[in-house]
Amino acid sequence: MSETHAQTVAYVRDSMLPPQPPPMRSSGAVLWLRANLFSGPVNILLTLIGLGILWLIFDTLWPWLSHSVWNAGSIRECRQIVSETYGPEANGACFAVIRARWHQFVLGFYPQEFYWRPILAFGLLFLALAPLLFGASVRARRIVLAIATVLTVLSAAMLDTGLAVLAGMTALMLAWSALIDARPGRALLASLLYPFAGVWLLWGGSLWGPVMVLAGFGVGLAVWRVAARFGMLAVAAGAAAAALWWWLVSAPLAGLLAGAVPLRLVPVTSDQFGGFVLSITIGIAGIALSLPIGIVLALARRSDMPVVKMLAVMFIEFIRGVPLIALLFVASLLLNYFLPPGTSFDIVLRVIIMVTLFSAAYVAEVIRGGLAALPRGQYEAADALGLDYWKAQRLIILPQALKISIPGIVSTFIGMFKDTTLVVFVGLFDPLKAMSDTVRASFEWKGAYWEPYFFVGAIFFVLCFGMSRYSMHLERRLKRGNR
Amino acid sequence: MVSYPGAESPPFRLSMLIYDRRYRSLTLQAVVFILAMLAASWFINNTLQNLAALGKTLSFDFLFRRAGYDIPQQLIPYNSDDTHLRAAVVGLLNTLLVSFLGCITATILGVLAGVLRLSSNWLIARLMTVYVEIFRNIPLLLWILLILAIFSEVLPPPNAYRGDTPEAGMILFETIAPTNRYTAIPSLGMTNSPGTLTFGRIGISWAFITYAVAFVAAVLAHRLIRARAQRVQDRTGIRPVTWWISLSIYLLPLLFLTWYFGLHLVPPALRGFNFADGINLDNSFVVLWLALTLYTGAFIAEITRAGILAVSKGQSEAAFALGLRPRRTMSLVVLPQALRVIVPPLISQYLNLTKNSSLAIAVGYMDLRGTLGGTTLNQTGREMECMVLMMAVYLVLCLGISSGMNLFNSGVRLKER
Repeated sequence: MSETHAQTVAYVRDSMLPPQPPPMRSSGAVLWLRANLFSGPVNILLTLIGLGILWLIFDTLWPWLSHSVWNAGSIRECRQIVSETYGPEANGACFAVIRARWHQFVLGFYPQEFYWRPILAFGLLFLALAPLLFGASVRARRIVLAIATVLTVLSAAMLDTGLAVLAGMTALMLAWSALIDARPGRALLASLLYPFAGVWLLWGGSLWGPVMVLAGFGVGLAVWRVAARFGMLAVAAGAAAAALWWWLVSAPLAGLLAGAVPLRLVPVTSDQFGGFVLSITIGIAGIALSLPIGIVLALARRSDMPVVKMLAVMFIEFIRGVPLIALLFVASLLLNYFLPPGTSFDIVLRVIIMVTLFSAAYVAEVIRGGLAALPRGQYEAADALGLDYWKAQRLIILPQALKISIPGIVSTFIGMFKDTTLVVFVGLFDPLKAMSDTVRASFEWKGAYWEPYFFVGAIFFVLCFGMSRYSMHLERRLKRGNR
Repeated sequence: MVSYPGAESPPFRLSMLIYDRRYRSLTLQAVVFILAMLAASWFINNTLQNLAALGKTLSFDFLFRRAGYDIPQQLIPYNSDDTHLRAAVVGLLNTLLVSFLGCITATILGVLAGVLRLSSNWLIARLMTVYVEIFRNIPLLLWILLILAIFSEVLPPPNAYRGDTPEAGMILFETIAPTNRYTAIPSLGMTNSPGTLTFGRIGISWAFITYAVAFVAAVLAHRLIRARAQRVQDRTGIRPVTWWISLSIYLLPLLFLTWYFGLHLVPPALRGFNFADGINLDNSFVVLWLALTLYTGAFIAEITRAGILAVSKGQSEAAFALGLRPRRTMSLVVLPQALRVIVPPLISQYLNLTKNSSLAIAVGYMDLRGTLGGTTLNQTGREMECMVLMMAVYLVLCLGISSGMNLFNSGVRLKER
């Protein structure tokens, strides 16, 4: 009521007490423990079970890991060191096997003096991808560029690469990084050249082969541009010109140029590929090729044209109904039957084709889901703007549909990368083959069961987990606008 | 209809096949069709030429010749004198067995892990996250090989169970003996067996048939009782308590039959160097089953979690506000909505598991690929016929599973106009 009244009443407080800290049990660690671990009988039981599981894992793994040996010549020597250091009963990991055999797990039988080539190829991969994947933030891109350059040069230097090659690598990577940093838009063109550079670095041979293939695309593009001014068959004309170029012109021209300017690397055949170089090569090629094929298949399956739709449905359902391993056996056993007599081509290439077709069918289904999830209004709006089919797809439909499908596409790619381990069954030397050879067939390391599994599993985990985290990051970044 | 003079369509010209949108799609389809047919005929022609050059003809006669190899695990009687066709069927049944059991255990594990990952218990939720991420990001083949290594290196050999003070002990109340070659589990025994019904060489125990009949009858009776309870509820507003009637309809006949046939478990016992009396499950089967369960379980856990998170909290709060009890809230409000999100990806996980069971090649389990696409192919040298047949069987299997599950899906789908 009134102030005078308040002051006259004796029991009204005229000064406030200072605030007290909350009681111990409702803040800090104790509250957290009570709320998250011991909130009721069921929770207490669950916590105890969880602690039991943790203790079991710790109890099995910790002595093994903490007694690990990194320097030894054979498994027997390892065991001897462990029993001498930690007592006869001790059980220790023998990571010396990784030290001795890591190049087989990672690089297979790639010639030792050319180890810099796959390393440079994968270093450049990050440079090629940087403007695409990390286009939004300059800082993230710089970090990726710096790490890729430093790691590539360092690992090449550690593998006894010649000084001249090392200097060339450094110069190339620095120049490309500078281009990406200064002109990210232009750098996309350089990224387009990467597949040819990567193939050349990995397989070697004359530089003119990949250049001629690239020139075919250029010829096709040029013919398309010119023909587009005259009529509507421009795409067909461009494709025909490119096909003619590859069929008739490229091989003799490449021979001629190689005679005049011999730019070549020592060829490395596919049977020398192995380990993670093989897995990653198949994985990257499959990813890069299956995305466009998948988009085309998804559009074909949603097309109004019954014949196109039926062909797409047949292809997709066939591929999705058959295990990958059966398709890989087709690649190794039957593909030669389907081709003209006398042709036979590289088994790695055959596997890449099969893996690509396989993941393209799955990607197509994911994208079809994205296309179906778009509201009809988007299609109608594109029609109302008078856009033709391809323009509507390119400018309105696909950007939205692909954005919705990112998690599905990336998990398909992760699945495909994991499935590259199946190539071991058609006789290729993938990391698992390297692992089992080491474990079973080698004299020094027979019996080192767990360490190779640990190593190979950890690398797969890092790569796949990295991909899935990147997809979550991309999803968050693209999430603007539809809140 | 009003027709305007001068507005009739212009006469057809050949260029309209390219420039007119009405005809262009026809042209395009014709071109695509012709190209597809040309490609197909090119492939077929090459194949025929290549086969002719090798002196082979396409023929499936080999299916009816003697197979001549043994299959360790067989669901129907088979020996090496049987035909390749029968060997393929044995392999197919093995594929179906491991896929079916794998789907069941993976679903149980996955749903449990998915629910626990959302638990308010911090420790359990983190543990389940670790399980899901580790299994999802490492290839299945690596898991199969790792579990195989654990089974063959860590587990004791059968003779470790011998003697008065054996080095190894059986687990689960002395009923299961895991060894490095097989896992011995109890078998079913009957003291009062009613005999078997035989079709050719396949015998089905009459006891099994009786059980099946009793179960089907119980299901039908249960539905009748529920329908009656619903009618009573509609008429009077009070639902009669029926759970004990239903329970006894299911349990009493089964208990009676079990007592009548004297059905009991026969635990495995060591005879000489090996276990007998029980069933010795080959480790190739156990390893494959375990690996498929753990791997697919991680994926199903994610699907379950997404499905539960997809039902907004307002739904269960609204159900509570209507006075529904927690169990009915779960079964009438939350679960139907969550299932709508869960079932379609679950179907594709079942398909993946079935296809991944072909990784049996890594452990030497004789599934369809191991028989028809493996030993038969190598013995007869007919890779074309074997591969075509094998892919056709897988295709039919996958399309069958997916159409069956799609039927179930259309049952739980949101009913729209």
